[in-house]
Amino acid sequence: MENTANNDHVHYDAEASKIGMWLFIFTELLLFGGLFLIYSVYRFMNPEAFHLAAEELNTSIGALNTVLLLISSMTIAMSTTTLQLKKKGATLGLLAITIIIGIVFLVNKYFEWGVKFDHGIWPGSEHLLNDFSQGEILFFGLYFVMTGLHALHIIIGLAIIVAAIVRIQKGTVHENRAALLENAGLYWHLVDLIWIFLFPLFYLIT
Amino acid sequence: MQTAHSANEANYLTYKGKYKGLFGWIFSTDHKRIGLLYLYSILTMFSVGVLLGLAMKFELLAPGKTIMEAQTYNSAFTVHGVIMIFMVVIPGLPAVFGNIMLPIMIGAKDVAFPKLNLLSWWLYVLGVCLVLSALLFGNGAPDTGWTFYAPYSFKSGTNLLPAVFGAFVLGFSSILTGLNFLVTIHRLRCPGMKWTKMPLFVWTLYGTAWIQLLATPVIGITLVLVALERIFGIGVFDPALGGDPVLYQHLFWIYSHPAVYVMILPAMGAISEIIPTFAQKQIFGYKAIIASTMAIAFVGYLVWGHHMFTAGMSGTAQYYFSLLTFIVAIPSAIKVFNWISTMYKGSINVQTPLYWAASFIFVFLIGGLSGLVLGALATDIYVHDTAFVVAHFHYIVFGGTGFAFFAAIHYWFPKIFGRMYDKGWANTGWLVFFIGFLALYTPMFYLGMMGMPRRYYDYLEEFHSGNILSTFGSWIMVTGLVIIVINLVRSARKGEPAEMNPWNSKTLEWTVSSPPPVENFDEIPVLDENDGPYNYK
Repeated sequence: MENTANNDHVHYDAEASKIGMWLFIFTELLLFGGLFLIYSVYRFMNPEAFHLAAEELNTSIGALNTVLLLISSMTIAMSTTTLQLKKKGATLGLLAITIIIGIVFLVNKYFEWGVKFDHGIWPGSEHLLNDFSQGEILFFGLYFVMTGLHALHIIIGLAIIVAAIVRIQKGTVHENRAALLENAGLYWHLVDLIWIFLFPLFYLIT
Repeated sequence: MQTAHSANEANYLTYKGKYKGLFGWIFSTDHKRIGLLYLYSILTMFSVGVLLGLAMKFELLAPGKTIMEAQTYNSAFTVHGVIMIFMVVIPGLPAVFGNIMLPIMIGAKDVAFPKLNLLSWWLYVLGVCLVLSALLFGNGAPDTGWTFYAPYSFKSGTNLLPAVFGAFVLGFSSILTGLNFLVTIHRLRCPGMKWTKMPLFVWTLYGTAWIQLLATPVIGITLVLVALERIFGIGVFDPALGGDPVLYQHLFWIYSHPAVYVMILPAMGAISEIIPTFAQKQIFGYKAIIASTMAIAFVGYLVWGHHMFTAGMSGTAQYYFSLLTFIVAIPSAIKVFNWISTMYKGSINVQTPLYWAASFIFVFLIGGLSGLVLGALATDIYVHDTAFVVAHFHYIVFGGTGFAFFAAIHYWFPKIFGRMYDKGWANTGWLVFFIGFLALYTPMFYLGMMGMPRRYYDYLEEFHSGNILSTFGSWIMVTGLVIIVINLVRSARKGEPAEMNPWNSKTLEWTVSSPPPVENFDEIPVLDENDGPYNYK
């Protein structure tokens, strides 16, 4: 007997999917919101230590990553437009560029963290605990947690984009059923947006 | 008998889909089946929590060691709290009755994202397994209290990591349920069901869903930080590294106070369905109840500080938190007036759900008023961390949410299972439970006022008589619980077949057969001007 209860495949409501994604983005903002709250409390309590610790970070790589993410936001936004214009090849190409930029971002992050590790700075490391002030320990603790959590979100975002690519190739995501790609775009913009706040907080305000 | 039905001739309990037997349930995306999965899993965890509570009460039967060591007692109240809060009362009404009833009440065939709904339940099960694994493996069960307060939560040698991760996963499950309900309510109301025609249970689920969505991430990140603190020592809550443990308390209560309203709002919603049905009268002040629901959801965000009046906070902050705490009591009081006014001059039909609803109002009133004692700065300093606090929140969380849960199950039981329970036994169970409840928790108000601290396995001789009464109460209450559960389990299988609308109610779930068909409605209902959830003549 046909399982007619599963007619969610038949029912398609792009508006509902988009509302759902927006609500999910709210939860993500509050997730990072908790961290921003902690950051501001400790920055207020340790202004000098945060100033000193921030000078350890490499502003050029941070700036490069910011530019990269902004470009990737543009390419994914363009891909939603090309999908509406029924240009499947261009859509897939733009999404591939987005993914490559995302990976380059992660590689940069890897080297950035690697340099810190080479200097003996990681959460709970002896060098950090013995030779730095409490405010600096907090700064680096937050730096690793917040950029690490952000990197995790980049990976999730990349996974969603890959899912969108697969569906576009299969033809289940197309100009009349574009919700998955649009949601991937929304999520990617969120990841970008969070970085736009992380960058000045850790690299620029010194 | 079971010949080739069209899907809607079979009801949701008996239909056969792609999978057979158990798989037909645990992989079903039918909101009603998922609701029942939640019901069974929540009742299982509830029994574990009750057994732990019984053991604690038994320990307190006499001063000194009765049946367990201090460390065991610490673990018992921690695990009791984690289970009851994160696995029972937070998902309780929304995940069970919200899932089963919400789509039918708004005239929809399912929730907006049925697969996501199933994922929520799986995440719930995963969270439960993680927390329970903390009991079985590692260096003993968590002993920090369900609040995981820093710095003890990363200093304690017990197996806290799985419990913390479990709570995180349970939170994620709760977020997805809330998200699903919000989209469902926005998108799937049937034609003619305007916002002002929604049943109040749906309205309270709506308010609840916003809280689940906007508050839960904060505890999510806080628990992640506690875990990272344990693993790496990042320092954010560790005073030895410059972190601030009080900041942990703020973040924890920014979620956990609104979570109290996740527990109580749907309970209020269920009561708001039951009272007009059994008074056969239009609910008094429909819009006032909606406004007070949303006011509770909003103001509930801004009162978390009242958990921390003794933790070290500026006087100014204390004044504001205290004032806001008094303000948040007003919308709850509005609802109590509404329920009582609804019954006034109604045609009261005294049935089991009404007994539960009426006793809900009684215990909720006492719980709420004792909350004001705790919200006032001076008296809070005096009774903080005493048995008074324990009595207060059990009156609210168990007396409020728990009573409403039993009211709801006795109200919707004929619809969910298509059978009627034995009313005599149901009423007996309620009476025994109610007497046991009062005997169990009322002495704790007195004990707290006399200065008996909470969370100790031992006490002074002068507190003995109150504790004896309380422990006896726990036995009476559990007797009542056993009567209720046996009656319901037996009736679900052997009870008299129920009518479509045994209580003569006006909401949409009573217009479909009992139990509901697989797709709820053959045709999506259309409401006209004169239809409404409480239009009793």
